[in-house]
Amino acid sequence: MHDHGPGHSHLSETEARVRALETLLAEKGLLDPAAVDAVVEAYETRIGPRNGAQVVAKAWADPDYLARLREDATSAILEFGFTGRQGEHMVAVENAPGRHNLVVCTLCSCYPWPVLGLPPAWYKSNEYRARAVREPRKVLDDFGVTLAEGTEIRVWDSTAEIRYLVIPERPAGTEGWSEEALADLVTRDSMIGAGLAKAPEGAA
Amino acid sequence: MTRVHDLGGVQGFGRVPWEPDEPNFHGDWERRVLGMNLVAKAPEGWNIDKGRHARERLHPVTYLASSYFERWLEGLVLRSVEAGWIDEAEIAARIGAPSPEAPPDPARVDAMVERFSTRVPYDRPGTEGLPTPFAVGDRVRTGTADPTGHTRLPAYARGRTGEVVMRHGVHVFPDVSGNGGGEAPTHLYAVRFDAAELFGDEAEPGASVTLDLWHPHLEPAS
Repeated sequence: MHDHGPGHSHLSETEARVRALETLLAEKGLLDPAAVDAVVEAYETRIGPRNGAQVVAKAWADPDYLARLREDATSAILEFGFTGRQGEHMVAVENAPGRHNLVVCTLCSCYPWPVLGLPPAWYKSNEYRARAVREPRKVLDDFGVTLAEGTEIRVWDSTAEIRYLVIPERPAGTEGWSEEALADLVTRDSMIGAGLAKAPEGAA
Repeated sequence: MTRVHDLGGVQGFGRVPWEPDEPNFHGDWERRVLGMNLVAKAPEGWNIDKGRHARERLHPVTYLASSYFERWLEGLVLRSVEAGWIDEAEIAARIGAPSPEAPPDPARVDAMVERFSTRVPYDRPGTEGLPTPFAVGDRVRTGTADPTGHTRLPAYARGRTGEVVMRHGVHVFPDVSGNGGGEAPTHLYAVRFDAAELFGDEAEPGASVTLDLWHPHLEPAS
């Protein structure tokens, strides 16, 4: 059960208002509806967490790339061509044994769109925004993530135009894997810090 | 104190509404709202900070009861109304009118990918006239001001002492640009605060929060 806002009658009111606004803006020449379709399709089909997964996989597999990512994540991520709106200034933060990073935006819902696509509803929820800074360990419980006792938790509140990408720990048993195979283990949530990378199939 | 969008640390909220394999949108109207916000004409001098401030100015009860895309909808209405381009009566008059339909156009999708994959940075070259920046490792204390306008210093981090852990260079300062005062670029830092400094005895052990804060938010702490 989750909350996407008020109930159905209110929602159909909202739907009608959205349509009316679009009609009005188009009538006045303030909006091209075809551009709305095109930009949404761009984010639904081309710009998503698969981008970030490629960055993480390369960081795991290629020590030189990891060094470049640490030095200047914006440029290192641009090597893949990933940049643009909401990813102008990137910083990579690495998980390690005994250290976990978690990203939030308490004031709105800032999120690194070029590498992760559009933010999920939970990231934009009042619950996550309120609680992630105050009780990150309890929030991680909601995601089924339990960290070893004594693990340091670094929460990053994205208050500027710097966007943080979490580099999750590389799962054990993946030595020698290709970047492509590694990327399949990198979930969106793991790059926010709300999850861990997947263990390889068949691993304990 | 402050506006309700400033949610960090606010108590009483329940479980995070996580769902596995969540879709990008939970209704077609959300698609339209996102797309309209990205491509509708914006008023002269509009910027990302003014956009955030428009959503922050929603009535507190409306803000808290609204979903993200409802806030984006009302932020877009507000900016278009304030520009003098539309009014509520005109929206109301079009309720139930047929929506404009646009056929899919792959070439335009390509063009949008290119447009939104173009980097428009927020850092600004030059440090002339700026104060001497803090250094990584410096202890700093945040201000206690509670401004009526847009600010990126959340209430939970006001009047707290932390440590500069990164220097991000000189960036546009939203506390000015979001209020129509120009870019006012200044030094931007990542500042780390122990959770106990922010939330007291009940803070989780071993936790910290790092915020990006601008030079005017900070003063040296001994």
